[in-house]
Amino acid sequence: MHAPITSTTRLPIGSDADLAWVRQQVRQAAADLGFNLVQQTKLVTAASELARNALVHGGGGHMEMTVLAEGAHRGLRLSFVDAGPGIRDVELAMTDGYTTGGGLGMGLSGAKRLVKEFTLDTRPGQGTTVTIVDWVSGLPAPRTGAP
Amino acid sequence: MTGLPAMHPGPGPVPVLALGDVLLVTLQGELHDGAAEQLQHDISRRIASSPVPVTGVVIDLSGVEIIDSFLGRVLAEIAASARLLAARTILAGMRPAVAITLVELGLTLPGLSTALNVEKALSLLGRASSAAPTAHLEEGA
Ligand SMILES: Nc1ncnc2c1ncn2[C@@H]1O[C@H](COP(=O)(O)OP(=O)(O)OP(=O)(O)O)[C@@H](O)[C@H]1O
Ligand SMILES: [Mg+2]
Repeated sequence: MHAPITSTTRLPIGSDADLAWVRQQVRQAAADLGFNLVQQTKLVTAASELARNALVHGGGGHMEMTVLAEGAHRGLRLSFVDAGPGIRDVELAMTDGYTTGGGLGMGLSGAKRLVKEFTLDTRPGQGTTVTIVDWVSGLPAPRTGAP
Repeated sequence: MTGLPAMHPGPGPVPVLALGDVLLVTLQGELHDGAAEQLQHDISRRIASSPVPVTGVVIDLSGVEIIDSFLGRVLAEIAASARLLAARTILAGMRPAVAITLVELGLTLPGLSTALNVEKALSLLGRASSAAPTAHLEEGA
């Protein structure tokens, strides 16, 4: 898990145009790294959910995108950072269908199912950081969120 | 493989075409949240104000690379309001990778009819000249 960092990009999340830009940049990076189409689509979808959460619930923030290399394996780490109100009850927020904002409540729980690694770090009153990692298929990574 | 490369994000409004009593909407590339919500209003208004009663709405998704929970909700709401206005909504041409991702995300879009492409969608709505209606339509609740 001590993958050397090869490059990091930081993108703002402050408007719905920024969400579109985040999706495009993640798509491009994932395609360049050799993620297959289904993996790309899952990763971009998860990124869209988390970026929108940072915008809508967190009042805006940024995404940090890092290319990971572990031997011959390549991966992508995406962190969504905001300085919003935080999440008081993480377990509840991760429940399918739970929403405080009139959404479907599928963003967090769904994003977790779409990627290999998912971590959520939040402090009430200080903000939320959600980090996801996915590897170009082939790496026996720990499975999370199996049905 | 991709009909149109996803170039610049398209923040502008999505055109709604009338084909007789069917409205056809083609989504392509990046759709901003605001444009998706605008589309929802536009479709309802078009159905309500159409000189010819609108019986169906076909949404062509073949150019859409991702559907997240936001766009999924917009599509479901378009279908729900169209249904209240006596029109049926059919999603046409969803890409396989998008369908796989939607299911894993947990969005199954109940109540939405689907078709493999626009032509099949139109024939489901009874608008095609082809005689054989090979409908394998899933009736959603
Ligand atoms: N970055 C965040 N900051 C504060 N609260 C958050 C954040 N992300 C999620 N939440 C809380 O967790 C809840 C669940 O999030 P989730 O993304 O699953 O659903 P949603 O955003 O409400 O709806 P949608 O299905 O449209 O994503 C949110 O309603 C919100 O209360
Ligand atoms: Mg959300």
